[in-house]
Amino acid sequence: MIAVYLILLIPLIGMGLLALLGDSPKAGLINTRCNLLALLAAIWLAVDVLWNGPQLSIGRMLYIDSFNVYLVALTAFVGSTTSIFSGPYMQHERDIGRLTAARLKLYYSMYQGFMLAMYLVLTTNNMGVMWVSMEGATLATVLLVSLYRSPESVEAAWKYFILCGVGIAQALFGTVLLYFAAEQKLGVGGDALLWTELHEHAGVLDPAILGLAFVFLLVGYGTKIGLVPLHNWLPDAHSEGPTPMSAILSGLLLNDALYAVVRCKMLVDGSLGTHMAGYLMMGFGLLSFLVAALFLHRQTDIKRLFSYSSIEHMGLMTFAFGVGSPWATFAALFHMTTHSLTKSAIFVTVGHAAQLAGTQRMDKIRGLILTQPNIGWGLLIGTVAIAGFPPFGVFASEFLVLVATMHDYPWLTPFLLLGIGLAFAGLFRHIQAMVYGEVPEGQKPIEANLWPVMLHLALVLWLGLSIPGFLGNWFNQATQLISGGLPQ
Amino acid sequence: MSITDLDLYGQAILLLAGLIALTSFLMLGQSRLVRLVVIFAMQGFLLAAATALAAGVLNYPHLYISAALSLVLKGIVIPFLLHRLIRRLGLHRVMDTIDHPARVMMAGASLVVFSYYVSLPVVAHSPLVTLNAIAVSLAVVLLGMLLMITRRQAVAHVVGFMSIENGLFFAAVVSTYGMPMVVELGVAFDVLVAAVVFGVFFFQISASIDSLNVDQLSKLSEVDK
Repeated sequence: MIAVYLILLIPLIGMGLLALLGDSPKAGLINTRCNLLALLAAIWLAVDVLWNGPQLSIGRMLYIDSFNVYLVALTAFVGSTTSIFSGPYMQHERDIGRLTAARLKLYYSMYQGFMLAMYLVLTTNNMGVMWVSMEGATLATVLLVSLYRSPESVEAAWKYFILCGVGIAQALFGTVLLYFAAEQKLGVGGDALLWTELHEHAGVLDPAILGLAFVFLLVGYGTKIGLVPLHNWLPDAHSEGPTPMSAILSGLLLNDALYAVVRCKMLVDGSLGTHMAGYLMMGFGLLSFLVAALFLHRQTDIKRLFSYSSIEHMGLMTFAFGVGSPWATFAALFHMTTHSLTKSAIFVTVGHAAQLAGTQRMDKIRGLILTQPNIGWGLLIGTVAIAGFPPFGVFASEFLVLVATMHDYPWLTPFLLLGIGLAFAGLFRHIQAMVYGEVPEGQKPIEANLWPVMLHLALVLWLGLSIPGFLGNWFNQATQLISGGLPQ
Repeated sequence: MSITDLDLYGQAILLLAGLIALTSFLMLGQSRLVRLVVIFAMQGFLLAAATALAAGVLNYPHLYISAALSLVLKGIVIPFLLHRLIRRLGLHRVMDTIDHPARVMMAGASLVVFSYYVSLPVVAHSPLVTLNAIAVSLAVVLLGMLLMITRRQAVAHVVGFMSIENGLFFAAVVSTYGMPMVVELGVAFDVLVAAVVFGVFFFQISASIDSLNVDQLSKLSEVDK
């Protein structure tokens, strides 16, 4: 259990430390070290849970089971590799005069603040605290979106703040309703918001109230997942903020918001005994998947392109969790992992490509492979992986979603295939010209640190070829927890 | 069951609920920013009064803390901050345009009816006070959103946002006698930080577009133009 406290304590200390030292040349290194320490603690925790089963902290404030422990490990891993990239990247931004010392301080300290909020969302056992830390994640990142102070970035940040603030307020109303239903049965006091208590007594909670609560919770946390039609903030925030921020927003925040929705779904399913929550998630998920795939075709900004691809993949995961059978749940968990590894790798490469070309406009980025092969190939392979080509992991997880859908809702599979096809075309019509194509005058290679990208893509490749035993075991346990059965 | 059958506490809470909904409507029709902030402060005071009343009558001492939080944050600190920002940015004479005020009011009234319609099945077996509390707080949340939709000034958006939070607090206090303390404190902390961040944004926005009219924030679009 000590490991959990460490995971929360390390980013807290890091936040304070970097608020003081964030402008020193060592800041990037401190940030990386904090993240690596948290990663070590996360691995320790994962091993602990693997051997000893679910754990409840003293005072029952923190709860770790196989579902969230794997997300904690994933969060720590992506957070660490992105921080390795972020150090030299932010130094470069400072050197070309886009950032001041004070803003760099803010950036580093809020990087850790965001990590803290993410770990708290995942590990807390209290639905109220989960809401508070989700809102905390917005507050930590909103000033980073406007870090460059360009009119576009200020607009993006304002949109992000207002939309996510109002959206997540709906989730608080849902949480109040949840508490209202629970305290009638469990009595007034802190216990009635504890997830473990709620889950245990889900059967006796008033289904009418929980049904309404879930609608609010889904809309609230769904805004953060980026579900259509609540997605408008996402491409703006991703495209205008600094690139490391886009990588962790896409790789972590969206996953953790989805985690919150799935936790709520587990409660509501227990109370309602119907598939209402699942149908809602399937509807929203499928809509996001198709709409985002269409939007891919009309983009001009490279980071906006990949943020629509994030919406598309989050829609697919929401859909798969909504289907709810063991196979679909397993596929959704698997897809969460592969998407978050691939997408953060892509954003890191995109950051380098944009620095190389000096712009994020796709019609100005040309000839990446000829100028600097590792960036060009990184972008190409990353896009191949995210579009769902074998042998990468995204192919395996998307294939599993398809199989699971074909089993339960065969008439929905054409829509999924259509979406996958549209997304593939949408990505490649833009990528091909950027990767190949003529080199513009005066484009020179830059100093780039691409081994986080290679590591992520290698892992995704490995996951596509075979799921390692311990990871499969985790997925199985989490699937059992969420869907009540094992994939056979 | 009519309102006179209720005990005095129930009647007082219903009166406060009505007043809170009224302040939401007043905000909807108020185009001067300074007065908008004053009405918002009044809503904060009413919320604190309702919380303190519930704490005293129903004997939940921890609600006194949450009443004090509401009073200090919603009634004093945030209105004061907003007021100071309005002065410093020279917005105290600005009239926000409200298109079709009559229609906005009608829409607000329909939102209240809708809130009652949604709440009825949920609180079918609960006392009258709970029904009104849930319905009114949902209405305050929706009216806050309507306020944000119909306005162009960033300050009005912040007031709408904060009034949504007021509605949520009211729901928590009257229907569930307050959330657990750790959650209340966390939410209050978030609201405070949000208020400060909003202040920072006012300066960033006015530096970038030279006003706080959010209509001019239109550089980013869904697709290429």
